[in-house]
Amino acid sequence: MSAADTDGLVRRSAADLADALAAGETTSVELTQAHLDRIAAVDGAVHAFLHVDAAGALEQAAAADERRRTGSPASALDGVPVAVKDVLTTEGLPTTCGSRVLEGWIPPYDATVVRKLREAGLPILGKTNMDEFAMGSSTEHSAYGPTHNPWDLDRIPGGSGGGSAAAVAAFEAPLAIGTDTGGSIRQPGAVTGTVGMKPTYGGVSRYGLVALANSLDQAGPVTRTVLDSALLHELIGGHDRRDSTSIDQPLPNLVDAARRGAAGDLSGLRVGVVTELAGDGWQRGVMARFQESVELLVAAGAEVVEVSCPSFVHALATYYLILPAEASSNLAKFDAMRYGLRVWPEGRPDASAEEVMRASRDAGFGDEVKRRIILGTYALSSGYYDAYYGQAQKVRTLIARDFDAAFARADVLVSPTAPTTAFRLGEKLDDPMAMYLNDLATIPANLAGVPGISVPSGLADEDGLPTGFQVLAPALADDRCYRVGAALEAALLQRWGGPLLDRAPELSTNGATR
Amino acid sequence: MPENPGASGRVEITRAEVAHLADLARIDLSEAELDHLAPQLTVILESVASISGVAGDDVPPTSHALPLTNVFREDVVEPCLTPEQALSGAPAVDEQRFSVPRILGEEA
Repeated sequence: MSAADTDGLVRRSAADLADALAAGETTSVELTQAHLDRIAAVDGAVHAFLHVDAAGALEQAAAADERRRTGSPASALDGVPVAVKDVLTTEGLPTTCGSRVLEGWIPPYDATVVRKLREAGLPILGKTNMDEFAMGSSTEHSAYGPTHNPWDLDRIPGGSGGGSAAAVAAFEAPLAIGTDTGGSIRQPGAVTGTVGMKPTYGGVSRYGLVALANSLDQAGPVTRTVLDSALLHELIGGHDRRDSTSIDQPLPNLVDAARRGAAGDLSGLRVGVVTELAGDGWQRGVMARFQESVELLVAAGAEVVEVSCPSFVHALATYYLILPAEASSNLAKFDAMRYGLRVWPEGRPDASAEEVMRASRDAGFGDEVKRRIILGTYALSSGYYDAYYGQAQKVRTLIARDFDAAFARADVLVSPTAPTTAFRLGEKLDDPMAMYLNDLATIPANLAGVPGISVPSGLADEDGLPTGFQVLAPALADDRCYRVGAALEAALLQRWGGPLLDRAPELSTNGATR
Repeated sequence: MPENPGASGRVEITRAEVAHLADLARIDLSEAELDHLAPQLTVILESVASISGVAGDDVPPTSHALPLTNVFREDVVEPCLTPEQALSGAPAVDEQRFSVPRILGEEA
C-alpha cells in the first residue's frame, strides 16, 4: 500500500474503517500499522502519547483479522484501533496518570472500560498524555511534558485529556478514551476541532479509572465524528457491579440517535440557550460560530428558547472547592508504601515511614497537584468545612435545580464549549485562576451529573483556531446529545464542504522531536 | 479562625498556614514552594469565597449526582489478585508482604 493510501486510511472515520473491515477491503493489521506509522511520523511534534504498544496492538489486530476471517467479529468495531488516556488502568501496560508518582507502574488489572475495549477487539495503540492526575485544562501539568495542539504546535490541546484529543485530531488514532471531571473530554474536543462526549454520571464504569474526584469523574469517547462517539459509547457504557455508582439500567440507543440526527430533522425539539454561559469575556469568534450553529439548528426545525440558570455563576467556585476536597482524599493513597514512587529523605537511611511518605509526595507530585491537595485540605479543615465544603455542596443542589427547571422548558441546553480558542503554551501556567476559567461552561454538567457533548463549530475569525458547540441533556438522555450533535455536524459539513480537520495545517512527518 | 471566611470578601492564607496544611497532607514543601503557593492559594480562595452565603439553611447538600444508596452484591467469594500481582508494584517486598520503612519511633 502506498504512503498516500495509508494517509487516506488514517483520515477515515471509525465507522468507515469498521465497514471496510467488514467488507474485507482492509485488515486490522494494515490499519493498525498505518496508525503506528502515523504516530512514528508526527508524535515527536505532537506528543499525544506517553506509551505506544506497537507489538501488543499488532497482536490484537491479527487476532481481530482472524475473527473477521472466520465470520465471528467480537463487535462492530472489532479491529479498529483505539488510544486510551493514561488515567485508566491497563494490565501489562504502564499507567502513569501523567505523574512521576506512578512512573513505571504496570497495573495488575484492567479498568472495566479497557476490558470492554479488549473484549470488543479494539487494538490498543497506547496511552495518551494528560495533566497530572487529570488536574488542568492544558495538558501542561503532565510530568512528561505538554502535548501540542495539531492546529498550532505552540498552543495547548486543552486538558486534562489533551493527549486523547490531539491523537484523534492528528490522525494518530481514529478513536480514543478520555475522562471528564470538569470538562476534560469536552474542552480538548473544542480546541482541537474534534468530538468529545461526557456521558451521564454513572453511565460508563469508573472501575480502574484512577479517581480525581469520585462524584464528578466520568469516562467517555473522544472521536472525529458524532457517530463514532456513539459507537464507542455504546461499547464502553452500561452497568458494572464493580462500580457502586454505576447506573443499573440499559443505555439509550445512541447510534440510532446519531443516525436520526444526521438525517437533519429537528422538528419539535426545544433548544435552550443558557444566558449565563455567554457574554462578556467570551471570545468574539467563539460567540460568532456559536450563533451560526444555533441558526443551523433552527433551520433544521428546532425551536430556540432562552433559559436562565442563575446558580451557574457559582459553579466554578463550587467546583474548585468540591474537586480539591475529593482529590486531596483520593491522593492520600499515594503514600510510598504499597506501590508508586518511594523517596528517602536525603542522607536518612533510618527515616520513618512518615518521613519517607512526606519526601516521596514532595518529590512525586507536581505544582498543580500540590496546590489542589493543599486547597482541599484547607476546605475540609475543621472551622472552614461548613463555610467552604458545606456551602459548595448546597450550591451544588441549587445548580442541579437550575438544570431541572431549564430542562422543563427545553429538551437540550446549548452553549459554546469553552470561552476561548486554544491559548499559547505557558500563557496561563502561573495564573491558576485564569486557567480555571476555561472550564466555566463545562463544569455545571459534572456537578449535576448530566451528559454533554462538544462538536466542532468552526474556526474563530481572529485566530483561525477551532471552536466547540456544547449540547447538554438531562441525566440518562445521552441520546439527545447525539441527535442534536449529529444534526449540527451534518449541517456544518454541508456548509464547509468537508470535515473541519481538513483545514488543519499539515504536520511535518519527519518524526523529529520539536 | 473566622466564623465566616467569605463574608468579609477578604481571605488570606499565610505562609505559616500553608506549611501547616502541607504537614497535614504529608508533603514536605520547600521554602521556595511555600513562598510560591501562599499568594496563589490566596487568589484562588478569594475567588471561591464568593459562594459563602449563596445557599440558605433550607438547601440540602448534594454529595453525589446520583441518589444511589446501599449498593450491595451477593456475599460470595470471587477471583481476585494473586499475592504476586498485588505486590507487583511495591517499592520493596519481603516474602509475601509489603516492606515499609520503620513505623515506630525507634530503630526496627
